[in-house]
Amino acid sequence: MSTKNPGSDLPLQQQEEVVIRFAGDSGDGMQITGNQFTHTSAIIGNDLATFPDYPAEIRAPAGTRPGVSGFQVRFGSSDIHTPGDQPDVLVAMNPAALIVNIKDLKPGGVVVVNTGQFSESDLKKAALAKSPLTDGSLSAFRVIEIDINKRVTEALKGTTLSSKEVQRCKNFYTLGLMYWVYSRPLETTMKWLTEKFAKRPELAEANKLAMQAGYNAGDIHEMFQGRYEVHPCDVMPKGTYRNIMGNDALAMGLVTGAKLADLRIFLGSYPITPASGILETLSTYKNYGVITFQAEDEIAAICSALGSAYAGYLGITSTSGPGMALKGEGMGLAVSIELPLVIVDIQRGGPSTGLPTKTEQADLLQAIFGRNSEAPIPVIAASSPADAFETAIEAVRIAVTYMTPVILLSDGYIANGAEPWRLPKIEDLKPFPKAFLAEVPADGFLPYARDQYLARPWVKPGTPGLEHRVGGLEKAHLTGHINYEPENHEFMVRMRQSKVMGVRDTIPTPNVFGDSTGELLILGWGSTKGAITSAVEKLRAKGRKVSSLHLRHVWPLPKGLDKIFGCFQSILVPEMNMGQMARVLRSEFQQHNIISYPKVQGLPFRTSELVAKVESLLEE
Amino acid sequence: MTDTTAPLTPPLTKKDFKSDQEVRWCPGCGDYAILNSVQAIMATLGIPRHQICFVSGIGCSSRFPYYMNTYGFHSIHGRAPAIATGIKTANPELSVWLVTGDGDGLSIGGNHMAHILRRNVDLKILLFNNEIYGLTKGQYSPTSPVGLKTKSTPMGSVDRPFDPLSFALGCGATFVARTIDSHLKHMDQVLRAAAHHKGTAFVEIYQNCVIFNDACFENFADKGVRDDKTIDLRPGEPMVFGKEHDKGIKIVGWEPRIVPAAEADVWRSDTHSPGPAFVMSQLHLDPTMPRPIGILRDVQAPIFEEAVHEQIRAATAKRGEGTLEQLIYAGETWEV
Repeated sequence: MSTKNPGSDLPLQQQEEVVIRFAGDSGDGMQITGNQFTHTSAIIGNDLATFPDYPAEIRAPAGTRPGVSGFQVRFGSSDIHTPGDQPDVLVAMNPAALIVNIKDLKPGGVVVVNTGQFSESDLKKAALAKSPLTDGSLSAFRVIEIDINKRVTEALKGTTLSSKEVQRCKNFYTLGLMYWVYSRPLETTMKWLTEKFAKRPELAEANKLAMQAGYNAGDIHEMFQGRYEVHPCDVMPKGTYRNIMGNDALAMGLVTGAKLADLRIFLGSYPITPASGILETLSTYKNYGVITFQAEDEIAAICSALGSAYAGYLGITSTSGPGMALKGEGMGLAVSIELPLVIVDIQRGGPSTGLPTKTEQADLLQAIFGRNSEAPIPVIAASSPADAFETAIEAVRIAVTYMTPVILLSDGYIANGAEPWRLPKIEDLKPFPKAFLAEVPADGFLPYARDQYLARPWVKPGTPGLEHRVGGLEKAHLTGHINYEPENHEFMVRMRQSKVMGVRDTIPTPNVFGDSTGELLILGWGSTKGAITSAVEKLRAKGRKVSSLHLRHVWPLPKGLDKIFGCFQSILVPEMNMGQMARVLRSEFQQHNIISYPKVQGLPFRTSELVAKVESLLEE
Repeated sequence: MTDTTAPLTPPLTKKDFKSDQEVRWCPGCGDYAILNSVQAIMATLGIPRHQICFVSGIGCSSRFPYYMNTYGFHSIHGRAPAIATGIKTANPELSVWLVTGDGDGLSIGGNHMAHILRRNVDLKILLFNNEIYGLTKGQYSPTSPVGLKTKSTPMGSVDRPFDPLSFALGCGATFVARTIDSHLKHMDQVLRAAAHHKGTAFVEIYQNCVIFNDACFENFADKGVRDDKTIDLRPGEPMVFGKEHDKGIKIVGWEPRIVPAAEADVWRSDTHSPGPAFVMSQLHLDPTMPRPIGILRDVQAPIFEEAVHEQIRAATAKRGEGTLEQLIYAGETWEV
């Protein structure tokens, strides 16, 4: 298929980076459009970050504001840490998408509006008394009006598709148009369409035609007054890259971790947004020996995983906040019987069902403390889609080294976001094979004996001579027999606590980004890393003495923080919760000035918000 | 000629299955008889101790694994079916036995019980039914009869109980049976049949709680009345009962009727529909009818964990065993 350049006479301008938001009805295919644009941009070498934002309802009433689905992508030739605060370009497929998103558009930005969806009834569905196209409310922006409905009908005139099916190709017309504007090749998406619609080649063909028509619409191109180029990113470290979404990276990290530990995976899981992707992805890795078990509920999910761990598998369970609440007792049992288990929590807005498709970091205290009695569990958090891969390996390492459940936190922003991932060299992935106890030791078998990490031996049922019983009742030190003696109980509580706090001995002190001394240290954990890094870059460029530190290990905290904190006047902790990490830090480090900066809107921090917050603090 | 296939280790005895732990059930508890029976049967199955795993939840019955000199997992309340599913799926070679009670298995763990039965995981479930919560000291359970006065029902329970066998049949269980703790010979037969069933075997054992619900089964389980008040369903044999073997059951339409022994129907536990078994599981709701014990259902169905491993085999045969290189360097990649 030709990718000739019909607007080649228009001026070609270079841009360092661009933020586009595609917005339409839930049924308009905006997530596909965004993902395709992202994928193509990644392959031509841009650095990028994405932010899909869609409703919890699968298909809210068509054309209404609650039904609006959006996908924001920021791509550039320089280092990109976030999907961007404000779009430069908004593509609005209907009035609801326009009205919901226009407030975010950069002043002077471009808004591409599908006028084919702006009838009286369309406006009514969006609860608009008059059209924003004519009431002057868009005067701050450059509005490009296109009747995409009509255009796509014309483009697909010769096909056998029904008019309904034709209209479903609108998103690819739009994608083709944006590919032209930003000088992107069509090949990657063409190939994807061929594979996606292998069983309906007529649909593949129609979508390709629609995309090509958008790409070739010279008269529309005139309206853009030019075409843009965003060169490949030249500051990305050398290596092989692929575009990756957070849930996929996390699933691949778990498979890799299991391989490095010389174990097989058993995932027990129950579908829940935004964690279901982990179950779905792992279910495709059967040829890696991965067993996935869709359990009857969250409790059965963790309990089956724990059963598999007793049988010698790497037990994993994946969920989101409400599921974490249900798994609490199972986690306590895992703590008590001291078997490795990875518990993945893709956090979302709460409480209760809350905001299923929106992001939040408010499960931190639940993860660290949310169980009955003294039930310490190491907690680690991924900071970006690609980082989820390494963090998942680290979760496996801690779980098998210390014979303990580990909670791996991610969130909706990481789960559905994408970024270019520099692939690790296989030889750099260091194995940490786990040895099972396979015969009776010379001095006898003690199920609760301890190694240098205070971990107990792992025995596979089926091993002759090592028959033993485990359970949730308190057990005697070494023998594991039921034991209710006061001194033994305190000993065992302290033993389990020491073991988990001992994780500090095998984790690094994180590096400070920026100078190691200064006025303010921004401390982050989880998905705030991109926004914090961008903010620190901006603030430092303005001469502010600001640095940042990002935690992967959120419990136990790594060593050396006290010394780092002491080199700054205050520590600012931005979190998508009401200050949970700040609370933990205040209890651990009473001597430092810890300032909480909460945001609980179901949305990630904007760089500009962080910059403004820091500047207001420094000017006080 | 010497038999070269003879095992090198001596055959196991009941004693081999006794653990070094002191048994802590109340004196006179029906659990002792069940433990004895199970230990005796284990010795006859030809399965080495290290290939056996007992799993339980919480409750008096759930202490069972501690007393078996095998692998064992005493888990949390109601969750034994989920734990056992994980164990058996991870290692299908193990002989897995699940011990639970009426509260553990049918109340807090009712959901898991339903799902393990429908999945047909190849393991054996022993549900000790004493129609009471024993370990929490005497509250009514989901199998307690209406009107039972307990610590939490001082004026009598108003909850309608359900029948564990009807429950299991409704879940699509492939083996459903009932026996009585005091009927040792019968218990031995039923447990052996369960042990040899391929698939989930569900065995309800009427178990007397001497402390909180003593003699609750005596009106039909007592030796003196047992033959007249129970009917032992033996697949392929006529449904005959009574001390003199003179009475029988005939199902006319949907209604079981008491008839002279010669007219009794032959019991079939492998009918296409579980309908007859369901009818028999509800038999005693008519107070003139005997209590059904024995094997209500025994059919074959695909085994859950075998299907799981078959998919892994098929995927591996088709795509080869996955390597890290294939996992990570997949999809579209580019060089910087």
